[in-house]
Amino acid sequence: MIVNEQVAIDHGLKKDEYAKICELLKRTPNITELGIFSAMWNEHCSYKSSRLHLKKLPTKGKKVIQGPGENAGVIDIEDNDAIVFKIESHNHPSFIEPYQGAATGVGGIMRDVFTMGARPIANLNSIHFGSPQHKKTKNLLRGVVHGIGGYGNCMGVPTVAGQTSFDSSYNGNILVNAMTLGLVKKDKIFYSKAAGLDKPVIYVGSKTGRDGIHGASMASASFDDKIEEKKPTVQVGDPFTEKLLLEACLELMAGDSIIAIQDMGAAGLTSSSIEMASKGNLGIEINLNKVPCRESKMTPYEIMLSESQERMLIVLENGKEKQAKKIFDKWNLDFAVIGKTTNSKKIQLYFDEEMVADIPVNTLVENSPMYDRKWKKAKLPKKNKIKKEELKNFKIIDVLKKILANPNICSKEWIWQQYDHTVMGDTIQKPGGDAGVVRVHGTNKAVAASVDSSAVYCWAHPLTGGKQVVCESFRNLIAVGAKPIAITNCLNFGSPENEENMGEFVECVQGIGEASEYLKFPVVSGNVSFYNQTKDEGIKPTPAIGGVGLIKDYNKMITMDFKEINNVVLVIGKTEGHLDQTLFARNILDEKNGPPPEINLFNEKNNGETLLKLIESNLIKSAHDVSLGGIVTAVAKMCIKGKKGINLNKPKYLINEMEYFFGEDQGRYIIEVGKKDLKKVTDILNKNAVHFDELGTINENELYIDDKTKVTIDELISSNTKWLSDYMSN
Amino acid sequence: MKSSVITFPGSNCDRDMDVALKKFGFKNKMVWHNDAELPKSDLIVLPGGFSYGDYLRCGSMASKSKIMKSVINFANSGGMVMGICNGFQILVETGLVPGVLLRNKYLEFICKNIFVKINNKTNRYFNNIKNNVLEFHIAHNEGNYFCTQDQLKEIEDNDQVAINYCDKNGKVEEHFNPNGSIKNIAGIFNKEKNVLGMMPHPERMIDNCLSGEDGSIFFNNLINNLK
Repeated sequence: MIVNEQVAIDHGLKKDEYAKICELLKRTPNITELGIFSAMWNEHCSYKSSRLHLKKLPTKGKKVIQGPGENAGVIDIEDNDAIVFKIESHNHPSFIEPYQGAATGVGGIMRDVFTMGARPIANLNSIHFGSPQHKKTKNLLRGVVHGIGGYGNCMGVPTVAGQTSFDSSYNGNILVNAMTLGLVKKDKIFYSKAAGLDKPVIYVGSKTGRDGIHGASMASASFDDKIEEKKPTVQVGDPFTEKLLLEACLELMAGDSIIAIQDMGAAGLTSSSIEMASKGNLGIEINLNKVPCRESKMTPYEIMLSESQERMLIVLENGKEKQAKKIFDKWNLDFAVIGKTTNSKKIQLYFDEEMVADIPVNTLVENSPMYDRKWKKAKLPKKNKIKKEELKNFKIIDVLKKILANPNICSKEWIWQQYDHTVMGDTIQKPGGDAGVVRVHGTNKAVAASVDSSAVYCWAHPLTGGKQVVCESFRNLIAVGAKPIAITNCLNFGSPENEENMGEFVECVQGIGEASEYLKFPVVSGNVSFYNQTKDEGIKPTPAIGGVGLIKDYNKMITMDFKEINNVVLVIGKTEGHLDQTLFARNILDEKNGPPPEINLFNEKNNGETLLKLIESNLIKSAHDVSLGGIVTAVAKMCIKGKKGINLNKPKYLINEMEYFFGEDQGRYIIEVGKKDLKKVTDILNKNAVHFDELGTINENELYIDDKTKVTIDELISSNTKWLSDYMSN
Repeated sequence: MKSSVITFPGSNCDRDMDVALKKFGFKNKMVWHNDAELPKSDLIVLPGGFSYGDYLRCGSMASKSKIMKSVINFANSGGMVMGICNGFQILVETGLVPGVLLRNKYLEFICKNIFVKINNKTNRYFNNIKNNVLEFHIAHNEGNYFCTQDQLKEIEDNDQVAINYCDKNGKVEEHFNPNGSIKNIAGIFNKEKNVLGMMPHPERMIDNCLSGEDGSIFFNNLINNLK
């Protein structure tokens, strides 16, 4: 096939990008080379629109062992233990083929983690669907949930937390973000930097097939009417092979034969070999006839661009091939020496004894395009003037029941019951709480993890929204008694070529950066997913933040269920009654304008750290962060979980009841305190200048405000639990 | 007491079972599916997971693996063999226990706590256990036990039903059946009661901070019965 500008454009490259390739090579690339460039230079692999802005994120900290740039981030959790974690998107494939798309998303992120030598110990996910009324939503939801479960359950890694939302902006583009945490000894972390000359380059895992060719390029473009035609770009997962690959890799890693290891994810053999060579400042020579292929007569182009799953590339020490092969033979996996490291600083491919590609590595990596895209700054919307009289028409209990049954608030048990969340025998906080918690096997420590996003806030004001998501992650970890350590982010946006979408990205990243800097909650890994749009219709900006924290003594972990009758309930943090962009305003008042709640980073940090002190002093019986739906929704959920009620006080200061109970002011937590500890707790709160209100006391089975405003907990449970299972069974 | 846990490719509850057995005093060994001989054992456990990916009928490939010949001989000579979840599926595929395990009635994987009523205590698994009802945990996609009417009659005549799904008071009703299994069956014995297959995972219930502690009751009782 003759390569020309049109062929390059068909590969998703721009005219000037093609010109740059010809200039860098000083010749026209052949088709295999063009395929390699298109795979390395697409948005998904090159981060060409986002690199400039991502550089500004804080990525360092005392506990950070490895920040962005590796397969995953690594943090120190003391005693020579470290946690490897990352979140990644698999949005485009999941919309085309929900089961396989979601499954391979989960498989891919687990591979990123065990590539670094860590055994995966927890999975999380953040999934977003279109309006429940949209004709595709139900099938997409079912497919995605089955896919996530199908892969994670088979791997034997518990899925301990997650987030599901519905919004019509995802009608044409669902989001599937998967996150994995792995446990590794600090001195046994593996990296992808190749080193040394003439070292054997080894291919292990599944055979290479024709699936997923150009997957990364597909994920770097918007959808149009022809989406069905893109099915062949979706990879097909085989969790059983991945389980074998995991065990075989960890067995090999126990020895000292690996120099570098890299999984074959997006852009398969192309990106894995190039990344290893680039990081090691070396060249790599590969004989493509040696690559184990599933199908006959695969061309070099297909072999290099296949995204078949469950494959790894390893640079071994010389002379260790036999020993390594024995391990992969035991696990019935392919093992092939396919090449070697060289000092050419080029990627050189041979097929049928002919050289089929000869590309300097730096042209693919350092010289890849980087764009300073135009972007529009978002204005802070004006506050809505919601009339107090209008609010008087609503009854608190009716609104509460509606909110508890709202698709974005209701119980997601139908989903997480399909995920094995208890395998590995260390899950001490199951899905449905503020964060999932797993013990560090065989120790007194536990790791908490949560994944959050607030697309509505980000859409209303990206800068505030970006900050808010980081704060919410911080709060969710603190609410279970964990000290927040670091985050991973999955940045889901529309087209970077659209100034407004690009502006949303830039300002969300700025917000994330400001909050994580202030809270000392650095970003250690992440992924950007642009072009989440069908034709011109983009999604609401949806940065998902995965936070990880440490509980030094897991006996001190906190759950959100109310524990004991007569205990006192407080709300920490000031309630101002902010209604714009709240669930109440959007869904009950049908008012979609106005700014999101403000973020005060000082209060976030101070409130959170003070609560953590209280928890460490064993003064807190239960805790829950206040988010969507405000105070009364948070309290109702604690009632539901604990099967207990509460006598709830009315606000003591001026604001309206609806604003008080349903406002979504930030930086707040609900806490339960024993009567005898109340003075100690309030003293500590006062001493640290943390605002609090006494909300009420726990009773047997009723949420009671006054004789006209009360509801049994059983009724709240039924409002909260029915929607999703009813929706899915109709 | 000595136990052995068999690891098949795709097993994923083998470590959990190892942890549980050791916690309650067993000296446990892990045995690779491709080995021919079993170590000297008082109890063999086939753990949960997805042996060979369960791409054919669950458990069918594993039932033909090398070590299973020795396991079958061990069982036929009266040795204690327990299959949990995928292990139960493997046991039905070997024919050591009757019946089959179909896909769950609602076609979905289920992971949750359930209650089981102990139906038969005249065996070394449940003898001396004080509780009539235990809270266990299930996590499976194919736990819908089924057999023919003739088989069912034989199973019931021989008192081979080990445990049934029930509520916390021991009431066995269709409403408390998570997967549609015939007669709410959650676990069954072979005729001689030395082989037990069950869907629930007692190894996930051995610590108060996990899903519960009724697994501890089961394992403590089991090791005492074997002594």
